[in-house]
Amino acid sequence: MKLRRLKAISLKELLQIWRDPRSLMIALLMPLTQMFLLGYGVTLDLKHIPVCTFDREASQNSQALLKRFEASSYFAIARNVPTYPALVDAIDRADCKIAMVIPPDFSERLNDTGSSTVQAILDATDDNTANIALGYALAVVSGYSADVALNALDRQGSQFQQIQPMTVQSRVWFNEDLESRNFIIPGVVAVILALIGAQLTSLTISREWERGTMELLISTPVKPSEVMIGKLAPYLALGWIDAAFCLIIAAFWFGVPFRGTIFTLFVTTTLFLIVVLGIGYLLSVLIRSQIGASRIALLLTMLPTTLLSGYVFPIDQMPKVIQDITYLVYSRYYVTIIKAIFLKGADIPALAMPILFLFIYATAVMVLAARAFRKSLD
Amino acid sequence: MVSRITNILIKEFIQLWRDKWGRFRLIVPPLIQLLLFGYAATFEVYHVSTAVLDLDRTQESRELIARFTSSNRLNIIKRAQSQDEIDALIDGSDAAVALIIHAGFANLLRKGQQAPLQVLVDGTNSNTALIALGYINTIAAQFSQDYVTDLAERTQGTKGMEQVQVTAVQRPWYNPDFNGRWFFVPGVIATITLVMVVNLTAFAVVREREVGTLEQIMVSPIRPAEFILGKTVPFFVVGLGIVGLVTIVGIFWFQIPFVGNPFLFAFGAMLYLLSLLALGLLISTVCSTQQQAFATNFFVVNPLFTLSGFSFPISSMPDVLQWLTYLNPLRYFLIVIRGTFLKGIGVGILWPDLLAMAAIATVLLAVSILRFRKSLE
Repeated sequence: MKLRRLKAISLKELLQIWRDPRSLMIALLMPLTQMFLLGYGVTLDLKHIPVCTFDREASQNSQALLKRFEASSYFAIARNVPTYPALVDAIDRADCKIAMVIPPDFSERLNDTGSSTVQAILDATDDNTANIALGYALAVVSGYSADVALNALDRQGSQFQQIQPMTVQSRVWFNEDLESRNFIIPGVVAVILALIGAQLTSLTISREWERGTMELLISTPVKPSEVMIGKLAPYLALGWIDAAFCLIIAAFWFGVPFRGTIFTLFVTTTLFLIVVLGIGYLLSVLIRSQIGASRIALLLTMLPTTLLSGYVFPIDQMPKVIQDITYLVYSRYYVTIIKAIFLKGADIPALAMPILFLFIYATAVMVLAARAFRKSLD
Repeated sequence: MVSRITNILIKEFIQLWRDKWGRFRLIVPPLIQLLLFGYAATFEVYHVSTAVLDLDRTQESRELIARFTSSNRLNIIKRAQSQDEIDALIDGSDAAVALIIHAGFANLLRKGQQAPLQVLVDGTNSNTALIALGYINTIAAQFSQDYVTDLAERTQGTKGMEQVQVTAVQRPWYNPDFNGRWFFVPGVIATITLVMVVNLTAFAVVREREVGTLEQIMVSPIRPAEFILGKTVPFFVVGLGIVGLVTIVGIFWFQIPFVGNPFLFAFGAMLYLLSLLALGLLISTVCSTQQQAFATNFFVVNPLFTLSGFSFPISSMPDVLQWLTYLNPLRYFLIVIRGTFLKGIGVGILWPDLLAMAAIATVLLAVSILRFRKSLE
């Protein structure tokens, strides 16, 4: 391997990047815009869940209960519906996620038998939102229930104190306020880098084939490994800039707690960039048409990195077969690593396993790419 | 004019369908993706890995732990011996939840004082943590309730105390078991279509331009609008095929109920495809090389996918982003596909969404024809 030839290839690739300002602009603007768009857009925290109320009693009691929904920051009263068909319509139109129905004999039953029920009708199409909304609604109702019970005891002049025999004291580690942004944004960084990496390199060689410049390159004395490293180096530099943009925005703009060291972050991010750029390069060598290479790159990156990497959907909840398949999704390792660095302050020994996997991936991709290139020369 | 369009159509179809490999690439990836992602995408929480530390070792503490063991929401992976062991399990992500019962737990209960159950949660995935905490609270509340009733029976011989209470009963509509797959599989169908169709069309024009065949076509008597039409129709047909295929797999393999009107669904899917085709064409006419088209494609499709309501609720986004989602065809199609699959709602409710997709398609198509004409001059 000669440094002079490496430099020549890199210089040529740099010129090519420089002379296509639109692609360069996309490569630099993409992390900025996407970080802002996705950073604000990706949240699973539910606040102001639209709720419809159907108060069939309209008494002091029923209003007192519904007031609690109004006061809760988890709910926002979307509408008070007068009839049942209006309620059905509101849910069908997705104007509300949950509807609280108070029966006409609510107070009567409460006075006579001491217990009464209300109905929580949920639009469960989105099961996660419905499940969480239900949890909040149950909490509001049981808060009301406890107050009613205390009042009743007071009126009886009872000295008896209602106490819960057991309490749950929960402590949350690493993401103390359970903010979904804190765990999703590091994942967003991984997704953006995976997309940019594939997009940058997956057409480099197929472009040479399609334009007929490949024969020229072959006729020079460069070696396959020199072509590979020479072509990848400028893109690695671009990748570093992109990664820096993403990580700075994540830590400083969105305030995701950063508890690790810059060194760990730099080492692992570089390794991941080599993997994503290398995969793109490998595809480009294997598939000689740009349209084909792009299609495979798209298939391998966009949806797998978002759905199979553990970025939002937890891997341990997937069926076993799918869990095994996720080991092939290289973003999976970086998602684990970057979340651990940000939130847990993990160092290199703690991340040995995912780093090892990424390292194996990088080596395999490089060896395969060099070999495939040699073959394609024949 | 008709014969000219038919000629382009035939040429495009041949190009798409020519070889076995090409056909394979059209049919197999969407199927594999649906199977993979249909299973992967869910926020349901089962079998949370849980560590237990029982420092009390009494009948009460064992009974409490037994309640957690019997729940399929939690999976007790380890009975730890010390706090250090618990910390290590959470640190190493081996356990997501730890339940700690301190010594004296049963004593406090028997004396009628509040006995604490300490819960340690790894909040890295806040959604899982929140839901797991919900389950733990429910189980704990049930234990408390039963303990009080039990105590009352033993001490006072009554059948529990008369307790004044208000409870809520749940009526989950459209998805009675809170099945995450019912929500996500229709979404995955829409998403796969987005990714495939936009990419197919994004290359359509720019490829001819880069390879140099565009000039050849332009010297022929074909008009720009005819050319665009000839480019669009084959992808429309292919897109329709993809949607049909993955929908059938969704219904029969994943057993997602389809309660709505199939014609309304098909109509919505056509409008959706048209808007995606128009978007792809616009990318193709704006860009001058395939590299640019590819980059733009990534640049555009990723936010469309993430900011659509596919997994992150639009109502939780900041206002500005919520407005932006009105430009996103996927947003509307998700409402249509989930509405027709699960809710069975009709045109009366879905017409604004259908209209919006039609408007997006018309505007984008008009712009790309104009741009295309201009780029030829």
